[in-house]
Amino acid sequence: MVHKLTGAVTLGAALMLSTSAFAQQRVVTWNADYDPIPLAAAEALIADFEAANPDIDVQMTNFDHEAYKNAIRNFLTANPPDLANWYAANRMRPFVEAGLFADISDVWEENGLKEALASSVSSASIDGKFYAIPYTYYQWGIYYNRDAYKAAGVEVPGPEGVTWDQFLANCEKFKAAGIDCVTTGSSALWPVAGIFDYVSMRTNGYQFHSDLAAGKVSWTSPEVAAVFDNFGKLQPYVTENHAAIDWQDAAALLVQGKAANYVMGNFAVGVFKEGGMTNDNLGFMVFPEITPGIPRAEEAPTDTIHLTSGAKNPEDAKKFLAYMASAEAQSKWNTAVGQLPTNKNASVPADDPFLVAGFEALSTATGGIAQFWDRDADAEYAKVGMEGFQQFLVQPEQREAILARLEQARTRLYPQ
Amino acid sequence: MAEAASTPRRWTQRTVAPWLFLAPGLFMFTVYVLWPIVESVTLSFYDWNGLYDRDGNFTGRFVGMGNYRELMTDPAFTTSLWNNLKWLVLYMLALPAGLFIAIFLNQTVRGIRLYKSLFFFPFVISQVVVGLIFSWFYAPNFGLFYKLIESITGKGVAVLADPNLVTYGIIAAGLWPQIAYVMILYLTGLNNVAPDQIEAARLDGAKGWRMLWYVVLPQLRPATFIAVIVTVIGALRSFDLVSIMTNGGPFGSSRVLSYYMFEMALGEYGFRMGYGAAIAVVLFAIMMIFISGFIWKMWRDERER
Repeated sequence: MVHKLTGAVTLGAALMLSTSAFAQQRVVTWNADYDPIPLAAAEALIADFEAANPDIDVQMTNFDHEAYKNAIRNFLTANPPDLANWYAANRMRPFVEAGLFADISDVWEENGLKEALASSVSSASIDGKFYAIPYTYYQWGIYYNRDAYKAAGVEVPGPEGVTWDQFLANCEKFKAAGIDCVTTGSSALWPVAGIFDYVSMRTNGYQFHSDLAAGKVSWTSPEVAAVFDNFGKLQPYVTENHAAIDWQDAAALLVQGKAANYVMGNFAVGVFKEGGMTNDNLGFMVFPEITPGIPRAEEAPTDTIHLTSGAKNPEDAKKFLAYMASAEAQSKWNTAVGQLPTNKNASVPADDPFLVAGFEALSTATGGIAQFWDRDADAEYAKVGMEGFQQFLVQPEQREAILARLEQARTRLYPQ
Repeated sequence: MAEAASTPRRWTQRTVAPWLFLAPGLFMFTVYVLWPIVESVTLSFYDWNGLYDRDGNFTGRFVGMGNYRELMTDPAFTTSLWNNLKWLVLYMLALPAGLFIAIFLNQTVRGIRLYKSLFFFPFVISQVVVGLIFSWFYAPNFGLFYKLIESITGKGVAVLADPNLVTYGIIAAGLWPQIAYVMILYLTGLNNVAPDQIEAARLDGAKGWRMLWYVVLPQLRPATFIAVIVTVIGALRSFDLVSIMTNGGPFGSSRVLSYYMFEMALGEYGFRMGYGAAIAVVLFAIMMIFISGFIWKMWRDERER
């Protein structure tokens, strides 16, 4: 059963109504933040789960996506549901540390999830204990406009991508043709973090990047200097004025052929296609290799479900969590939504070239899977970092000042 | 009766009634103004991420003046403070501009009511809409302003992407409705300017600037006073335009104190309630300077009467 309600009072009333109607059923409550398509997919999963477990009634309360970020801070204490949606890695840390998310290592253990969800083990656990069930993620990479490549007379790359030197050489040609080689819209900051993450992971590898996000590496180190050298090589080819536009505005530039490449997450495919692109002229490739021989790492932000500490029915909630981790449920939900399942036994729709390419890119990413800068790094540190990346792309000459400011923030947030 | 008057502390209808009438207002004021102020000041001495633990216990940590010490060395705070100053100074342009338009519109020609309402229009629409209109006005590639500059100089200027221009761009957007507001204040003021004094001044040969400066403006003093108050407060609480147009960007260069407070306390990467409260206390202190000045002036005027 799904209730789309906003207020706790109405929720309470609905609970009473439904429990009186199905008095013999045990109720599992779930607070979620789905947009219409994922919501419909989640409703279908609930229906399947309830059919298999007729004695359990899963009641979902769906929130507006943005409002949820504030609401969760209140309801986890005031009126905790059994299950709540959230994000993996550092984004769940405050709730874990405040004791609001429950340890579900037993669910992972009993269902062999360490094996099935192997790629998410590190992002779903903190200090060796599991607090999350990752059920979906999506790849990042370079989405490109084949028509723009043809217009500039540049050879269209395949899904395996091109080398860094080749990519920069292509950028030079795009520049000559009056096309932005790389576009982004950074008015909301986070899109620039995608570019930085990739340059950093390709320059120094996953572990270094992960340490950088965790504040363990100095911004004045030679490795970071190398990252900014490479970032600087890309800088002249990034859409001018990106700081004033949204990521959707930049998507329009790609659709119109005014830009050739866009470092983005797979959720943007829907926007590109709404703008009129098709599988014929929209392409996907992994970010170019920079330092040869470094195992390729990818970005794939993971969405998760958590058991709350205040859950009234943890036993049945865990049953539902195990179901959400299953290959069957993940195949179904992710096919409907157009994202990738985290369960390696789940299937990916073969008719979606971007999902197929993304699944391939992630399953061969031997370097590791990063969550994205603002989930890997602590919130405040992430924000300072993203402002620095954005400033560097606007004012590369301020590099020393930016790095000094980042280093100052690091020493303040992570006292040595 | 004489006895009652000599002992004023007696529990009579006369002494009780004022308090009874004040009670609802005082209650509201205490709950919604005084208590939050005390709460915010207290919170500014804590480091707290806004979460209570499972048993409902406060999870904050007392840090004393720690948040304020951090503010001293926080470059983002310095930027916000400077931007607030820019807002304060440039927002004052609304006064001469509003006065000028008011005088211009203070004439009797056919359809003047329509022109007046058209000039007042920007104040009627929501700040959010003003912000959106100006974002499109400045928007790179298709904005009117961008195109205009491009046609003149050959290269467009994306105001909201330029860290040196962005604050001025937002202030310009804020001035648009603020000028309309000041204009309407002066228009009503001009209605009350005594015609006989104008007449007398004219007989004495005053006209133009001298007439404005020595005869009209002194009579507009109450309107000017109100206009200064609303403009100062409008400048200090500037939040919606910054939030709509830039989110404080690019890289934090258009932040103002109120927006920085929101970012730190309630923004997606914030939830540092104590730090946000400390910024709020600083903003409150700055506002207090102006508010006390106004209250002092009003109190003085009241006594002179």
